[in-house]
Amino acid sequence: MIRLSVPLRQALSRLSLPLLIALAFGTMLLGKADALLAERARMVLADALTPIWAALREPVGALRDAAREAGTLLDMRAENARLREENARLHRWQAAALALEAENAMLRRQLAYLPDAAPGFTTARVVADGGGTYARAVLLAAGPNHAVRKGQVALDERGLAGRVTEVGARSARVVLATDINSRIPVALEGSRARAMMVGTNGARPRLQYWPAGNRPQEGDRVVTSAEANAFPAGLPVGVVRWTASGAAEIELFARLDRLDVLRLFDYGLGGILPPEAVARPEPRAKR
Amino acid sequence: MKGRPAPAYGLLRQIDALARAVLPGGLTALLLMLAAVPVGVPGLVPAVALPCVFFWSVFRPAALPPPVVFALGLLQDLLTAAPLGAGVLVLLVVHGLAVRWRRLLVKQSFLLVWVTFCGFTAGAAALGGALQALLAWQVLPVPPGAWQALLTAGLYPLLAWLLTRVHETMMRAEAAP
Repeated sequence: MIRLSVPLRQALSRLSLPLLIALAFGTMLLGKADALLAERARMVLADALTPIWAALREPVGALRDAAREAGTLLDMRAENARLREENARLHRWQAAALALEAENAMLRRQLAYLPDAAPGFTTARVVADGGGTYARAVLLAAGPNHAVRKGQVALDERGLAGRVTEVGARSARVVLATDINSRIPVALEGSRARAMMVGTNGARPRLQYWPAGNRPQEGDRVVTSAEANAFPAGLPVGVVRWTASGAAEIELFARLDRLDVLRLFDYGLGGILPPEAVARPEPRAKR
Repeated sequence: MKGRPAPAYGLLRQIDALARAVLPGGLTALLLMLAAVPVGVPGLVPAVALPCVFFWSVFRPAALPPPVVFALGLLQDLLTAAPLGAGVLVLLVVHGLAVRWRRLLVKQSFLLVWVTFCGFTAGAAALGGALQALLAWQVLPVPPGAWQALLTAGLYPLLAWLLTRVHETMMRAEAAP
């Protein structure tokens, strides 16, 4: 340590505060003049302190969770009242549902109704779009011992997507409802009127051939119909949309532009696709 | 300590003295870093720095020389997003005033010291706000500054209690032969 005389040391200690205050002003000017320097110094400090903060994150998080928990405890009274009210409302709905179920069962008994068997299904991943004979089709990857058969109905999580047309050893092709070759018998859910859904290669297939006097309304729900024994009745398809030019189109529930997984349902329907009858288009023979 | 023959455990004693000299600044720096942990309370770092600097300036100014205050201010400015140097100046001014009035303050009761500190806080908030407004060259809203001052004044009793404990322990250690 450097030996200094006592008066000098006293003078230095008295001077140090004003000097440092001047230095603080200098720092301010420096920080103002070179913003990058301050930024870099902050980053260096943050880098050095990050381990400490990382170690403290757990207890701090626990504390914060505890505080939030206390908050929810305080809110519990209001929450409880709300749940009670909601429960009462749901009980009313449950009563309505039970009454409807009972009524439905009674009506079915009167009709000697045969319920449909629950269909089995396979889930397969969509691996490629397009290709093959069809403009709107997807290729599915199926396992080596898959149970995919021609004519099975493909649904995504929202509604009807299409139908299996070709089956290979490890893959299957599904022609989508939007393909121009697709003709699907549908029914308007409200009026039970039958119609055809005709693909156009566009995003929305057309609705055609509805019975006279049963003009489909904008927003009507469209479901499959069991006509022609190709589809089971009642699968959700989409809703009716009228275009500006006066054509009825169907906005599909299924999101065909972003398919990733399809469920293939086996309803055991022969329908209009008898096995191997329409294997693939043969080149027309020359005459 | 000079002029006295060094005891057998001179090194330990020196380490002890050094630790005691470093403790106030080091503790304050540690508290600042802990306060910088994001816990969702804005402005915690300056609110911790000011009580610590005030307390040590009043009760143990020898352990907190102006260069250490400068370093603490710099640390505070780097830990927060404040313009560099503003916090340094505020802490230095608080330190200077507290050291000047410490003879009066040391003798007072805790409550009076706290009230004085509240005055210091208001002044520091005004000075800091003015400096920031000057450096950013724009009018700053008042509520954050007021919140800052309230938080600082409210944190003082807690920190003072803690620091008083530390201070008493240190005095007891010094009183022992």
